[in-house]
Amino acid sequence: MTALLEIKGLTIDIARDEGPARVVDGITLSLEQGESLGIVGESGCGKSLTMLSLVGLLPNRIRATGGTAIFGGRDLLAMSQRELRAVRGSEIGFIFQDPMTSLNPVMRIGDQIAEALIYQKSMAKPAALARAEELLATVGIPSPKERMTAFPHELSGGMRQRVMIAMGLAGEPKLLIADEPTTALDVTIQAQIVDLVRDLKSRSDMSVVWITHDLALIAGLADRIAVLYAGTVVEDAPVQALFDHPTHPYTRGLLASLPTLSDEPMSRLASIAGTPPEPGRRPPGCPFAPRCSLVEPACTAAVPQLTPVPGSDPRHRVACPVTTRGAS
Amino acid sequence: MTTLLEIRNLSKHFDLRLGAFGERGARVHALDDFSVDIAEGETLSIVGESGCGKSTTGFAILNLHHPSGGSVLYKGTDLAQLDEDAMRPFRRDLQIVFQDPYSTLNPRMTIGEALSEPILFHKLASKADLPARLAQLLQDVGLSARFASRYPHELSGGQRQRVAIARALACQPRFIVCDEAISALDVSVQAQILNLLLDLQDKYGLTYLFIAHDLAVVRHISDRVGVMYLGRLAELAPAANLFATPLHPYTRALLSAVPEANPRAPRNRQMLQGEVPSPLAPPPGCRFHTRCPLARGLCRSQTPAFREITPGHLTACHAVTSPTATNWETPA
Ligand SMILES: Nc1ncnc2c1ncn2[C@@H]1O[C@H](COP(=O)(O)OP(=O)(O)OP(=O)(O)O)[C@@H](O)[C@H]1O
Ligand SMILES: Nc1ncnc2c1ncn2[C@@H]1O[C@H](COP(=O)(O)OP(=O)(O)OP(=O)(O)O)[C@@H](O)[C@H]1O
Ligand code: SF4
Ligand SMILES: [Mg+2]
Ligand SMILES: [Mg+2]
Repeated sequence: MTALLEIKGLTIDIARDEGPARVVDGITLSLEQGESLGIVGESGCGKSLTMLSLVGLLPNRIRATGGTAIFGGRDLLAMSQRELRAVRGSEIGFIFQDPMTSLNPVMRIGDQIAEALIYQKSMAKPAALARAEELLATVGIPSPKERMTAFPHELSGGMRQRVMIAMGLAGEPKLLIADEPTTALDVTIQAQIVDLVRDLKSRSDMSVVWITHDLALIAGLADRIAVLYAGTVVEDAPVQALFDHPTHPYTRGLLASLPTLSDEPMSRLASIAGTPPEPGRRPPGCPFAPRCSLVEPACTAAVPQLTPVPGSDPRHRVACPVTTRGAS
Repeated sequence: MTTLLEIRNLSKHFDLRLGAFGERGARVHALDDFSVDIAEGETLSIVGESGCGKSTTGFAILNLHHPSGGSVLYKGTDLAQLDEDAMRPFRRDLQIVFQDPYSTLNPRMTIGEALSEPILFHKLASKADLPARLAQLLQDVGLSARFASRYPHELSGGQRQRVAIARALACQPRFIVCDEAISALDVSVQAQILNLLLDLQDKYGLTYLFIAHDLAVVRHISDRVGVMYLGRLAELAPAANLFATPLHPYTRALLSAVPEANPRAPRNRQMLQGEVPSPLAPPPGCRFHTRCPLARGLCRSQTPAFREITPGHLTACHAVTSPTATNWETPA
């Protein structure tokens, strides 16, 4: 089986006055046609920048400085802005993390979605407007006809997020990259969006990369999960294997921090002590070592590589010499 | 227990102009008849479907959107009657962490400047103590002091959200509306912030109106929970009661939809039937009747009263007369 997207050794640097600071440090990930990959990781670990680099939308002063990202036989990182414009929307749909900054505040939302359709699908305006209204209904916005003429600030936070989802899906892309698309959505509407994406996946073989911190949501949506920490992949596993055998100490810490409907109210929640290293200030060896309770000399001697986890799914790999010991 | 805010019949309507030329008018019933006493030192959470009016409630209480009706009594003053000038003395006490952190941070101010502004304005620290105070605030929300020299666009989504929390805390307020304030944070940082909020509450008796969609988080930190449906409060109860014995049919459906962090967990969602009605034309009678499995004739014509079923546990439903039975023979 050939991969739809293959990221190898991606590095991203921020230009600072003191010199470049590395934020993404050698990410390798692949995604098959029709597969959905969940990405989780600590706030600030480089999830958004990694995905923005694929579609050429990195902010000023931030650049992909190494690695490749092969999509449909071509390296996205080597493409010109012009070539990328043709890829964005129609081949790779993107749902941005921050609706207020990616929606045009002075343009009616119906026109914004229609504009995307006119540009990406060469639709005529009346057809595009009709399709835009359909899309609003698909993402569960009540009175879609009336809402077509609303401005972004007239919508609730969750409605704005759903407008972003509608725009990401408008071009019927082969790959959908969704960056925290449901943070403001209640469980019922979240479930509806998950069903919608699943349905599109099975009908059109769309692949999905879904960045989220919501482990419950991702458990029901993803085939595979990659756990990021400080710009590296520390665990990559089929979803069931990850929940059955969470292995990297960071992954275990995340799962332990999860409040559940059965724990003691008002009790202190477990959280991982300390803070992640800042870009450009990463410690030698494993980036999690300063916060890890299992740390050994081997951890700081060299950057741990992804290794299969003994006793788990063969595709389950973890970058930690301590918890993968005994690997054959 | 002293009441911090006494909210009565608070409502907020938005008038919209529809059509390409604004030729048709329409009214959004974003919030109607919201009444609750918020006690000093408590955490009251508000949950409900997207668009049901949660943010509007927070905005109306703080008079950030001028209410269309009702009153908000704080220290003997009805905030709903005040204009922006008259509100100013109350602003420091009453803070909000907005759902959309980007829109609250001035893009041309560094994080340090944004945090210093309220501290200096309200004279909460001397110039000499300021750097230490900033470092403490940033550390509390899990960011290093070096973030003080960064601009908002140089932060990740979750980092920005934490700066917004630090800014609200910088004012040393008595009441904070947290509108989806931790929704962009990974669970470990989320836990850290929740612990911080609980500690501050213990130490200073802070009061929170906590708007969130993550029910596990809500159960964890709330004293009481209010469930809203289409602009109205449907149920209000101590957190433990609400999760153990939800009374309103909408609350029951909502709780059954909670996903579990386990791919094998059975997903027996009791999905709500029917379209989400629009706040542009809310259904008459009980606003939930178009999707309610228990709806009868009465529900379509009469708005159910908000009644106390067991001590402290209130709901607005014609069918619910006791915690165990749904009684249609003797509707109240
Ligand atoms: N424009 C920028 N200039 C300088 N630093 C930046 C910029 N954008 C992001 N960063 C830094 O790069 C790191 C990675 O950011 P990114 O937005 O990818 O994080 P993330 O994993 O998406 O986090 P979150 O879950 O909080 O959204 C962060 O530490 C952030 O502070
Ligand atoms: N400034 C405004 N002008 C017109 N309508 C508005 C305005 N602000 C909010 N509304 C409408 O009021 C209703 C309630 O919105 P609100 O933002 O309070 O919902 P919410 O419960 O916070 O939803 P979410 O969970 O999606 O954030 C929505 O129908 C929204 O479109
Ligand atoms: S009042 Fe009637 S329609 Fe409303 S929730 Fe109760 S039973 Fe359902
Ligand atoms: Mg991000
Ligand atoms: Mg809101």
